[in-house]
Amino acid sequence: MRVGVPKEEAPGERRVAATPDSVTRLAALGFAVTIEHDAGLAAGFDDAAYAATGAAIGDRSTVFGSDIIAAIRAPQGDDIGHLHASQTLISYLHPADNPDLVEQLRARGINAIAMDQVPRTTRAQKVDALSSTSNLAGYRAVIEAAILLERPLGGQSTAAGRIPPCKVLVVGAGVAGLSAMGTAKALGAIVRAFDSRPSVRDQIVSMGGEFLEVDLQEDGTGTGGYAREMSQAFIDAEMALLAAQAKDVDVIITTALIPGKKAPTLITRAMVESMRRGSVVVDLAAEKGGNCECTVPGSAVDVDGVTVVGFTDLPSRLAHQASTLYAGNVVNLLEEMGGAASFAIDDENDVVRPMTVIKAGVVTWPPPPPPSVAASASQGRTPPAGTSAGRRPASAAAAKAAAPRQKPRAKGHSGPPVSSPGAKSWWLLGAVGLALFGVGTAAPPSFLTHLTVFVLACFIGYQVIWSVTPALHTPLMSVTNAISGIIILGGMLQVSRGTTSAAELLGLVAVFVAMINVSGGFLVTQRMLKMFRR
Amino acid sequence: MTSIVAASYIGAAVMFILSLKGLAHQETARRGNLFGTIGMAIALGATAVAAGLFDSAAFLTAVAVAAVIGAIVAARVAMTAMPQLVAILHSFVGLAAVLVGISNHLQPSNLLVGAEKTIHDVETFAGVFIGSLTFTGSVIAWGKLQGVIRSRPLLIPARHAVNAAMIVAAVWLGIVYVQGGPDSLTALLAMTAISGVIGVHMVMAIGGADMPVVVSMLNSYSGWAASAAGFMLANDLLIITGALVGSSGAILSYIMCRAMNRSFISVILGGFGTDEGAAPAPGAAVAAGTPVPTTAEEVARLLGDAATVVIVPGYGMAVAQAQHPLREIVDALRKAGKRVRFGIHPVAGRLPGHMNVLLAEANVPYDIVLEMDEINEDFPSTDVALVIGANDIVNPSALEDPSSPIAGMPVLHVWEADACIVFKRGQGAGYAGVENPLFTMPKTKMLYGDARKSVEAIKDVLGT
Repeated sequence: MRVGVPKEEAPGERRVAATPDSVTRLAALGFAVTIEHDAGLAAGFDDAAYAATGAAIGDRSTVFGSDIIAAIRAPQGDDIGHLHASQTLISYLHPADNPDLVEQLRARGINAIAMDQVPRTTRAQKVDALSSTSNLAGYRAVIEAAILLERPLGGQSTAAGRIPPCKVLVVGAGVAGLSAMGTAKALGAIVRAFDSRPSVRDQIVSMGGEFLEVDLQEDGTGTGGYAREMSQAFIDAEMALLAAQAKDVDVIITTALIPGKKAPTLITRAMVESMRRGSVVVDLAAEKGGNCECTVPGSAVDVDGVTVVGFTDLPSRLAHQASTLYAGNVVNLLEEMGGAASFAIDDENDVVRPMTVIKAGVVTWPPPPPPSVAASASQGRTPPAGTSAGRRPASAAAAKAAAPRQKPRAKGHSGPPVSSPGAKSWWLLGAVGLALFGVGTAAPPSFLTHLTVFVLACFIGYQVIWSVTPALHTPLMSVTNAISGIIILGGMLQVSRGTTSAAELLGLVAVFVAMINVSGGFLVTQRMLKMFRR
Repeated sequence: MTSIVAASYIGAAVMFILSLKGLAHQETARRGNLFGTIGMAIALGATAVAAGLFDSAAFLTAVAVAAVIGAIVAARVAMTAMPQLVAILHSFVGLAAVLVGISNHLQPSNLLVGAEKTIHDVETFAGVFIGSLTFTGSVIAWGKLQGVIRSRPLLIPARHAVNAAMIVAAVWLGIVYVQGGPDSLTALLAMTAISGVIGVHMVMAIGGADMPVVVSMLNSYSGWAASAAGFMLANDLLIITGALVGSSGAILSYIMCRAMNRSFISVILGGFGTDEGAAPAPGAAVAAGTPVPTTAEEVARLLGDAATVVIVPGYGMAVAQAQHPLREIVDALRKAGKRVRFGIHPVAGRLPGHMNVLLAEANVPYDIVLEMDEINEDFPSTDVALVIGANDIVNPSALEDPSSPIAGMPVLHVWEADACIVFKRGQGAGYAGVENPLFTMPKTKMLYGDARKSVEAIKDVLGT
C-alpha cells in the first residue's frame, strides 16, 4: 500500500504531512511512501533526507495516484480531478465550512478522513492534530508579540533602572490560550486570563495565570462544558472588564473560536485605541474573522500606535515542529486503521468513525452520536471556544451541529444514552403498542386517566434525573426518599375514611412511619447540601 | 373543595419536579430541596384539610412525634452512616405502603364492580407486594451497611428455584385474592409474608460491593410502591410522585451497573465475588513480586516534591473517617502552589455519590472533586496518585485481564501517574475478591495501616 505526500500549495503553508522519521514509522507499518519533489523543503526536510529513510521521490501526479494521500490542507482544483475511487484522503477538511469541497470529493468516489474531526477521547489524543497545532500557535503568538513589543516581557532590576514586567492578557483558555499563558509566564510576563467558564480557573492558575472575574456571579458553563449564552448584564460586565484591562496590559492574545462560525468580536476598536502606544494584540482567531475589530487577516496593522497581528500561518511559522507533530498524528491514525496489512475504515472504531467524512463516495458525516456517554475529554483539552463562544444561542447551536467533534464534554453521565432505533427497539415499540391497545379495550376510562398520568410522570422523571450531577447522587437519593414519603397521603386518606378501627389504626401507623421519612429526608438533605461549597 | 385539593396537588407535583431539577447543579441544589419541602407541605396541608384531619388528635400527635424523630435522626446521623440512613428510610416507605394497602382492603369501597373492581384489587395486591419487598429488603440492606449482618453474600442451594417458587406462590395468591371471597384477607397477608421473604433473600444474596445498586434499586421500588398506592386510592399526586422517585432510582441503578460493567440482572441475582471458577487467562501475568511498603515520612517527602497530586478515595476512607485530616493535607499542598484534585469513581463507597458527600463534609471545595471521566486522562501528567481505601476501582486487571471477574469495568488509571501510593489496612483483596496487580507494580508503594492514622502521620510530617 502506498502513501503519497504532496507539496502543500496553499500560500504561506510551509508544513508537510510526513517527515523522514514518520516515513520510517510508516515503513514499519508496511506502507510504501512517495514524497512529492521538494515537499518538505520549507519545513527543513530535503528530498535527500526522505530518500535516506526509504521514501520514493515522485511528481505530483504519482503522489495523487497513491492509495492513501496524506496532506495538511485539502486538495483543490485539478488535484481533485486526479482522485479516483478506492483512494483515501487524509487531511484537514473542515466539512462544516466547506460543503462544496466535500461534494467535489464525494463525486470522485473516494474515502476522506478529516484530521479536524478527531473525537475528544483519551484514545484519540494521539491523532489530535488540532490540539498539537493549537499548542504551537499559542506559543508562537507570544513570540510574535515579543518581537513586536519594544521591551522585554520579563522584569529586572538593573543598575540603570528597573525594567517592569509586561502584562499579558489571554482571552479564552483553550489549548492555544493555555499554551500562550505558559509561554508568556516562562518569559517572565505577568499573565492574566479571561474565560466565561469558571471551571477553567484551575487550568489557568496551573499555567501561572491570574484568572480574571467579572463582578457578576454567573456561570458560563453550559451543558457539557460549553460556554453558554450569557445574560446581557454579563456581556456588559465582560466588555467592561476587557476595556479596563486593555488600558492596563501590554499584550492581548485572543483565542475565541466558534467552530464553523465567524469568531466573536471581543476587542473593539475603542479598546485598541485605549491601549498604550507600542502595545500588541495577537488575534489567533484571525482566519475566522478575528476577535478584534481591527484585525486584518494575514497581516499586522498599526492602529494608533498599537500593532494588531492577524497572522493566519502561525503553525506554519514553526513548520519543522508542526510538521513533525502532524506527521506523528498521521502515522498514529494509519496504525489505528490497521497498518498496511489490514488497512480498513472501520465504522466500529470510535476514533476513525467520527473522522470519516466520506466513505466510498458516500458522505458519512456528521457521524451518529456515540452509543454511550464516552466523551471523556478532560478540561485540559477544552476546545479553544473561548469566552463568548455561546453568546448567541443560534451560533452556538449551529456550531455544535456543524462540528460534532466538539462533542460536549460529558460531566460523567450527561444524558440518556442515545441509540438509533434498531430492529429490536421497533419490536419493543410494537409490543408496547399492542399492550396499550389491550389495556384500552379492557380497562375502564378512570384507570386510563391514571395510567396517562403515570406514564407521563415516568418520562418527566427520566428526563429530569439524567441531568443530576453525579456528585449529588446521595442528596438525590435522600430527597427522593423524602418525597416518596408522599405515601403518607395514603395513610391520611385511610385514617379519614376509617370505618373499622383496624383500618384506621393501620393508616395511622402508616402516617407515622411516612412522616419520619418526610422530615428526616428533607432535613438530612438540607444538611448535606449545606456542606457543598466551591 | 375537591377542585382546590386537585389544584394543590398540581402545585405539589410541579414543586417535586422542580426539586429534582434543582439537584442538577450544586448551585441550585439547596433551592431544589426547598421546593421539595414546599411541595410536601402543600400536599399534606391540602389533604389534611380535605380529609378533615385537623380535628384528629391521634393524627396530629402521630405527625408531630414522627417529624421530631425524623429531625433528630437527620441532625445526628454521621455522614459516613448516610447509606444506612437512606436504606432504613426506604424501609419506612415500604412499610407504609403495606399498611395502606391492607388498611384499604379492610374498608372496601362497594362502588366498584366488574373490571374496575378487578383492577382495584390488582393494584392493591401489587402495591402491597412491592411494599413488603421494599420493607424487608431495605431492613436487610440497612443491617449489612450497619455491619449488623455480614456483608458477604448468603447463597442457599437452588436459590433461583426458591425465588421462582415464591413468585409463583405469590401470583397464585393474587388470583385467589382477586376472585374475592372469605379467604381474600388471608391470601393478602400470606402474600405479604412471602414477598417479605423474597426481599430478605434477595438482599442477603448480594455482596457489599454491590450495595450502591441495591440501595438505588430499593429507592426505585419505594417509588413504585407509592405509585401503586396512588392507583389504588385514585390519587394522581401519589402516582406522579411515585413515578418520579421510581424512575430516579431506576436510573441510578443503571448508572451504577454501567460503572461496574455489569448487567442489572446479574447484580440482582447476587453472589458476586464468590466465583472461584475464573482462572487467570493463560499468559496473563499472575501477580508477580511482592508489594513494597513505604512510610508516612517518605510519602510526605514525595508530596513535597510533587507539583500535581490526584487523590482517589474509596470506602476505606469513609470507614477510617480520614476525610478531615486529608482535607488539611490538601489545604497545605494547595497553599504550597500544588495542583491537588480528587478522582471519584461512580461506585466508590456504598451509595451513589457517597464520596462527594464525605469530601463536602470535610470542606473540600467541589470544583477540585472530579469524576472518573474527567480525571482519567490526566494521570500520565500526574506526579503522585494517592489511593485511600480503594481497591477494585483502581484495579488494572479490569482492563488487561479478560478473565478477571471485573473485566471491562471502567477504573481510574492511577498506575499511569509517576508514583502511586496505596493506603490499605491489610493485604487482602477488595470486596470483589479480585487480586490487584496495581499493588505489585514498580511505581506503586503500599502504606499499610488505618487510613486516618496514616493521613495524620503524613500531616504531621508536612506540618513540621
